[in-house]
Formats: sequence, C-alpha cells, structure tokens
Amino acid sequence: MADPTRPLPNLRDLDTQAFWQATKDKRLTYQQCADCGTVVFYPRRHCTGCFGSNLAWKESAGKGTVYTYSIVRQSYHPFFRSMAPYAVAWIDLDEGPRLVSNVVGVEDPASVRIGMRVKVRWEEHEALCVPLFEPA
Amino acid sequence: MASQTRDAAIVGIHEFPSRDVEGALSPLQIKAECAARALEDAGLELRDVDAIYDAGEGGGMAGLNIAEYFGLKPKVIDTTGVGGSSYEFHAAHAKRDLAAGRARVALLTYGSTAHSNAQAIGVGGRGGGGHPADNMDSFAGMTLVANYAMVAQRHMFDYGTTSEQLAEISVATRYHAMRNPEAVKAMEDLEFLDIRETTVADVVGSRMIADPLHLLECCMISDGGGAVVIASADVARDCAKPPVWLLGAGEATGYPENGGDITTSAAAQSGPTAFGEAGVRPDEIDIAMIYDSFSITVLTILEDLGFCAKGEGGAWVSGGRLRFDRPGDGPALNTDGGGLSSNHPGMRGIFLLIEAARQLRGESCSQVEGAQLAVAHGNGGMLGSRHCAGTVILGRD
Ligand SMILES: [Zn+2]
Repeated sequence: MADPTRPLPNLRDLDTQAFWQATKDKRLTYQQCADCGTVVFYPRRHCTGCFGSNLAWKESAGKGTVYTYSIVRQSYHPFFRSMAPYAVAWIDLDEGPRLVSNVVGVEDPASVRIGMRVKVRWEEHEALCVPLFEPA
Repeated sequence: MASQTRDAAIVGIHEFPSRDVEGALSPLQIKAECAARALEDAGLELRDVDAIYDAGEGGGMAGLNIAEYFGLKPKVIDTTGVGGSSYEFHAAHAKRDLAAGRARVALLTYGSTAHSNAQAIGVGGRGGGGHPADNMDSFAGMTLVANYAMVAQRHMFDYGTTSEQLAEISVATRYHAMRNPEAVKAMEDLEFLDIRETTVADVVGSRMIADPLHLLECCMISDGGGAVVIASADVARDCAKPPVWLLGAGEATGYPENGGDITTSAAAQSGPTAFGEAGVRPDEIDIAMIYDSFSITVLTILEDLGFCAKGEGGAWVSGGRLRFDRPGDGPALNTDGGGLSSNHPGMRGIFLLIEAARQLRGESCSQVEGAQLAVAHGNGGMLGSRHCAGTVILGRD
C-alpha cells in the first residue's frame, strides 16, 4: 500500500484557485482592496471591508510570526496519524494575512512558541506547492 | 425586572436516557421518542404543536421531513443549523414567533447516533469542505481538538492561564456527573476507564490530545437526543409543570480575522444582547449551562458573558467555585455533568436548555436551592476559527 498522502486543496474552488495556482511558482499571495486598503484573506471576489470588487493581488515575502499553535498527538486521518506529533499554527504574515499551516523544520514540535519568527518552506506537489513554515 | 417580557416558557423537557443505542435506533426515532416524552412532561399532545425547530442535519428538506415523520402540519418551520448552538437559536426564535402570535406551542428536537456510527469528531479531520475557507487549511491537519487547543495556548500566553486552572472546569463537571445516574451510566456504557470524581492532578496527568488540552478536558462522543416544548404565556399557565420563562436571547457569529483576538468568542456579542433583553446581570445568575466541548470553551465563554473580566477566568474558576454546593460563590456550572462527563452526541445545545429548566423547576440531581435565574450558552462550530454563539437567559416565576 502506498504511503498516505497529505490532503490537497481543490484547484477548482473559484474563490481560492488563484491563490493555489500561484503556489505552483512558490508565490504566497493575498488580496488587498485598492479602494479601502483592507487585506482580504482567505481570497474572495469582493472586499470584506467595503464590499467593493477592486481587489489587487499582492505577494507576501513569506515571513511571519506564530500567533498560536497546538501540537497534534492524535488524529484518525491516515496521513496526519503518520505525521503525529506535529505542530499546527495560525501564522500572522508580516503583510497582515493570518493563515493556518504547519510549523516544520524543528527537531521537536514542542519547541514551537507563540511569537516565534517563521518563514515559508514550500512542499512540492504535482499541481501546486503547500506553504509550510519553519523557524526564520 | 419589571420590564421583562414573559411571553414564552419552556413547559416540557426530555433527555434521551441512553448514550449508546447500539445501532438499534435512528436519529429520527430518537427525536420522535424525545418529543413524545417532552409533550407528556408538559401535559400537551402532538396535535397541540404548531411550530417546529430542527437543526436541519437531516438534509436540505429537513423541515418537511421532520414534519411528515412526526405527523404534523406546523405553521412555523425553522431549520436554523448552527451546530451545537442551534438549540439556543431555536429557543430565541421560538420566543420571537410565540410572542408575535404566529404559533402557540413550539417543539425543538435533537437526535444523534454519533457513538454508534463511530464518528471521530474530535480527532478526525476538519468536517465539511465546500466552503472556500476549508480549502485554505485542510492541508494542515488541524483536528477539532487542536482548533480549540489553539485558543487555550493563546489564552495561556496572554493571561498566564494554567492547565491546572482549566482542569477546574473538568473537575466541577465530573463532580456533578457523579451525582447524575444517567451520566454515570453513560460513562459505563462508553467504557470510561476510571469513573469517579476527579482532581486537578487527574486532569493534568491525563494523556495530551492536542497541546495544551488533555484527554479529561475533551468531551465524550455519545449517542443521544432530547426535546424541549416551548409554549406561549396563555398555554404555559395551564401546563403540567411550572413554566421556565425565556427572558432574553442573543445570537452572534465569530470567524478568523486578520489581527483578531482568538481568545474572545462570539459570546462577547450574544451575551450582552441576551442579558440586556432579560434585564439581569451575570452576578445574578444561579446556573451557568455553558457548552463544554472542551475546558477552554467554558473558560472563554464565562469571560465573554461577563462573569469575570477577559483574562481573569483562570483565577475565577479556581478553588471549586463552579460546584453546585457553593451557593453565593457564583453560578453552578453544567450541573448535569455536561458534555465532558454526561452527554455529547455532537451538538449538545439542547441539553443546556433541558438542565437549566430542571434547575429552575427544582428537579436537578445537583440542585441549587432556590435557583431563580439560569443562562444557557451554546457554541456551534469551532471556537478557534468559525463558530456561532447563542445565549438564552431563563427564569422561573
Ligand atoms: Zn474595500
């Protein structure tokens, strides 16, 4: 039996497909409203600040801070069970978006801390890359 | 209290006694059984019901399906589905609909066979899919426990809250569960390893599921169900049991926001609305029925409802304050044993209303003498990301 694999996003989802298509080139993108300045994340077709549609795509430098995290020690999902224990975290990118990811590249996930500086580390897949984070 | 409107009251309740139906009953059958018993409790009959409220988990035509299954032709159908908080929303809507004269007898039902179906609610993947937000984070393996654990982690970081303080919530809840024969039977049927009162040391010594939440800070996964009958004031006066009035209600949503505060839940919006409508203050509340999916859920919501200031919950819950036998020390918490130790079939909001009504009737296994006011607060969805909050204030004559 093949090793269990990470569940990947649906590239046909109309709100988020541009974000995921950009990851193929290892670009971490987000939207900002050209009218009111609101950072919109997750991606949408409208601004959540003014409900306008004048959204510009921006590229993040991929650096951020751990806002909060947990260490998952039990999961029934075959892939994540094989990964446990692992750190899942909300990451605040320096440009404003807050996103969920894993903090990797640490010997022990218990060394992850709130406030820790992290940078993106791309995990390559066939049609896209997944933005994981490691200590900066 | 003079400005309170007493236009709708809980007049009938029933909690399905078994937490393990061994696959022999369907959720719909459990709903019908509970509805029949709750109507008996009220001294009403099926034909008296003219409004139904259901969380719609049966699918897109749930409103029609449940009416047909029960054999009803209701004038009001409400299938608001907001997870475990659905039933607080339903109570709020029933109060509104009855006060407006659209109906006279409202029936709320819940049934689930989550245990028989072996649903891995807490440590399974994210539910759903289809919403664009889910498409952004399903790759990261955030279990439901981890979602709540991330609230606890940040609460500890911001306010110095400790695992020992969070454990107080599990300890108080188990203390109440041990006095409730149905809760004890539930723990036996679900094969809990150690069925007894617990200590803070027991809780923090139990296995870590998702840091910083331990096993004994996580709710069970049971079968179960319940029903609540709510009647207009004229009907309520003639029912078999004393009315438990719905004095106020509030609804709210919460979801991740860039730069937002994960330690404050939607309860901070629904709570003031409900208390304001009821014209009462948190320090007047005798009974706090707070959705205890996890210890952190209760701590966060107690703060957000205004029982103490944000960040002070850890100290506030310490020293056994939440036990039913500490009158004058703040409200008693989850006197039925809660989701942690009595009943959690996935969406336990209806049990919050049921136990609040028991207390205000004087029927609880952990009865607070002379209890006058209760709050039932349901949290649906996931506290650490997108969730709904429903707050209901209840009072007796
Ligand atoms: Zn805008």
